[in-house]
Amino acid sequence: MSTVKVDRRVDHSHHFESMQQEHESGKQGTWLFMATEVMMFGALFTAYFLYRGKYFESWVEGGALLDWKLGALNTVVLLFSSFTMALAVRETQLGHNRKALKYVIFTTVCAFAFLVVKYFEYTGKIHHGLFPSEGMWSYDAQTPQLRLFMVVYFIMTGLHGIHILIGIALMFWLMKRLKNEEFSKDYYTAVEGVGLYWHIVDLIWIYLFPLMYLM
Amino acid sequence: MSTPGTNYINCEKGIWSWLTTIDHKRISLMYFYTILGFFLLGGLFAILLRTELLTAEPMFMNGNQYNRAMTLHGSLMVFMVIVPGIPALLGNFCLPIMVGAKDVAFPKLNLLSWYLLIGGALIAMLSLFWGGVDTGWTFYTPYSSKSADAVTMVVFGAFIMGLSSIMTGLNFLVTIHKLRAPGMTMMRMPLFVWSLYATAIMQVLASPVLGITLLLIVAERVFGIGIFDPNLGGDPVLFQHFFWFYSHPAVYIMVVPAMGVVSEVISTFSQKTIFGYKAIAFSSLGIAFISFLVWGHHMFVSGQSDLAGTIFSVLTMLVGVPTAIKIFNWIATLYKGRIKLDTPMIWTLNFLANFTIGGVTGLFLAAVAVDVHVHDTYFVVAHFHYTMLGGALTGLFSGLYYWFPKMTGRMYNETQGRIAAVLVFIGFNATFIPQFIMGSQGMPRRYHTYDGVFAPYHMASTFGSYILAAGFLFAVYILVRDMFKGEKIEDKNPWGGTTLEWTTQTPPIHENFEEIPTVTGSPYEYR
Ligand SMILES: [Cu+2]
Repeated sequence: MSTVKVDRRVDHSHHFESMQQEHESGKQGTWLFMATEVMMFGALFTAYFLYRGKYFESWVEGGALLDWKLGALNTVVLLFSSFTMALAVRETQLGHNRKALKYVIFTTVCAFAFLVVKYFEYTGKIHHGLFPSEGMWSYDAQTPQLRLFMVVYFIMTGLHGIHILIGIALMFWLMKRLKNEEFSKDYYTAVEGVGLYWHIVDLIWIYLFPLMYLM
Repeated sequence: MSTPGTNYINCEKGIWSWLTTIDHKRISLMYFYTILGFFLLGGLFAILLRTELLTAEPMFMNGNQYNRAMTLHGSLMVFMVIVPGIPALLGNFCLPIMVGAKDVAFPKLNLLSWYLLIGGALIAMLSLFWGGVDTGWTFYTPYSSKSADAVTMVVFGAFIMGLSSIMTGLNFLVTIHKLRAPGMTMMRMPLFVWSLYATAIMQVLASPVLGITLLLIVAERVFGIGIFDPNLGGDPVLFQHFFWFYSHPAVYIMVVPAMGVVSEVISTFSQKTIFGYKAIAFSSLGIAFISFLVWGHHMFVSGQSDLAGTIFSVLTMLVGVPTAIKIFNWIATLYKGRIKLDTPMIWTLNFLANFTIGGVTGLFLAAVAVDVHVHDTYFVVAHFHYTMLGGALTGLFSGLYYWFPKMTGRMYNETQGRIAAVLVFIGFNATFIPQFIMGSQGMPRRYHTYDGVFAPYHMASTFGSYILAAGFLFAVYILVRDMFKGEKIEDKNPWGGTTLEWTTQTPPIHENFEEIPTVTGSPYEYR
């Protein structure tokens, strides 16, 4: 019983009763997925605060080693990308595939810019022997647990970076679909979903930046 | 609409139509074979372990081999059998039909869940060829960050299987929220759906924490970063907190769906309205909620403060309340019912007897003083087998026999089914009652040899396990054989059940209903 490919702009998939039901389901699924992201990062934030309480001096030393200017630059870049992403969602909802495409491209450029800055930060740290793995750590730390701070830093920002990469992949998927004008006033679930994902990824950075660079 | 005689099984043909199917019922059947396959493999390791323990001296396994077999038994049974067991297999089949939907909300994601389970399981099992893993299924650090290379693979496999579990839960939550048929209010949902709902909440919120924890072990091993390594300032006890933050809710992910199955079976085979519908429904949510607050009861001897220990102890005992609510309501349903002792009902009565013992001994363990005494002994082993095997797996088999005619359009052999269920009951108790006794006397778990004074108990336990294995082998054999050879039935409702799946064709058509039903009353309306 092969299912006929439906034109999602005007019709719903076979197992739904209406386009609205399908849209709401997709939206709720995305929100639930975001809940899993929050729980996952939540565990890491717990580790951050636990070790910070235990080894406060090392957290001070580590925070000072990070370049807050680069961190702030990236914060601005991500905030701007969140703005363009919101505009992309808005334009799709109005049925303007082309305009939305433009905003998605802006967002993607920001995402790449973020990764470039991150690349320079990471290589700088690695160069100074601050990468906390066997064989690569050679930094002359002033406090005993600086290495643990760098562990937490690399794990949290690294996982966040992976999310940015996934976001970029999603953007390319959206670009292809927007180019084919696959969305309409009544069907924009995918753009909205990626938008939500992107906002959460930004939100996590909004917490990471002060916790890592400023405290 | 569909032509007469077609159903979801025969509407498409060929292996490819199965591997690419997005029909929840077909995916359920694929889970049937994979999960029963893993179950037999996990059982094989159990029998190897029990046989080794027949004598106090090593027989055919040395300590290393024993630890590996033990780890594989635990990991297989937990991650590949009991966690996906009821939700992915029975839930997949029943949930959409029970709420009056054509499928789950995200059918492709549903198929992906199956592939992730298979993929994760394969990666985990490949570790056998890299020498196996001897950490136990709990992967405690720092041992797991230092021991054999294969740990990385098993842990990564478990991470992928966790993703599968998350996606199943997410899918079910959205299906329940958004795809119910007209008139199917939340308070008209069958209790099995309620139990899957509570389970899905735990799957979605707890599994990500396990996921990141397992990834941290992988990072620890690959880069030697030391987040759990005390030499580098890390804290191995943090691992235990993270691990049990998932793994305690996980034991309810395993057993709450079984409670749902039991609620259905008891009502149907007592031919009586379930007693305390709301109480049973909300107690599932109650268990889900409390489950997130009790993980510290696994860590009474890990050096946590007395205050923390006391708080976790009290909170853990609170779980007894919703659990007891369920058990009392089931007993009240049985009371003055017209009880039919068909195979599913015998399994459910097994559940009632065994799970009650498992639950009550759980209260013993929740008391800090008792737990310190029996920690890491066979008492704990017996306790969790009473809940996981006597509870979760027994519920799975009850459900498998209950929905078998609907799933396959054939009837299993009733006499043989009953014999298998009774064999399992006898074998199960013969295996684990001796373990309670020797555990309370101090027999430590996870050793391949033991002091001679425990020999009679171990011998009894091992012979019990052979009866148990025979019972389960027979039970699986009946199901698989009668899937192809059982007597064909067309009766829509062989048991006289009152939930929606019994109003559909047997087996159901591809989209479940010729026309989406409009629900006008509560479930379990017997007259
Ligand atoms: Cu627990």
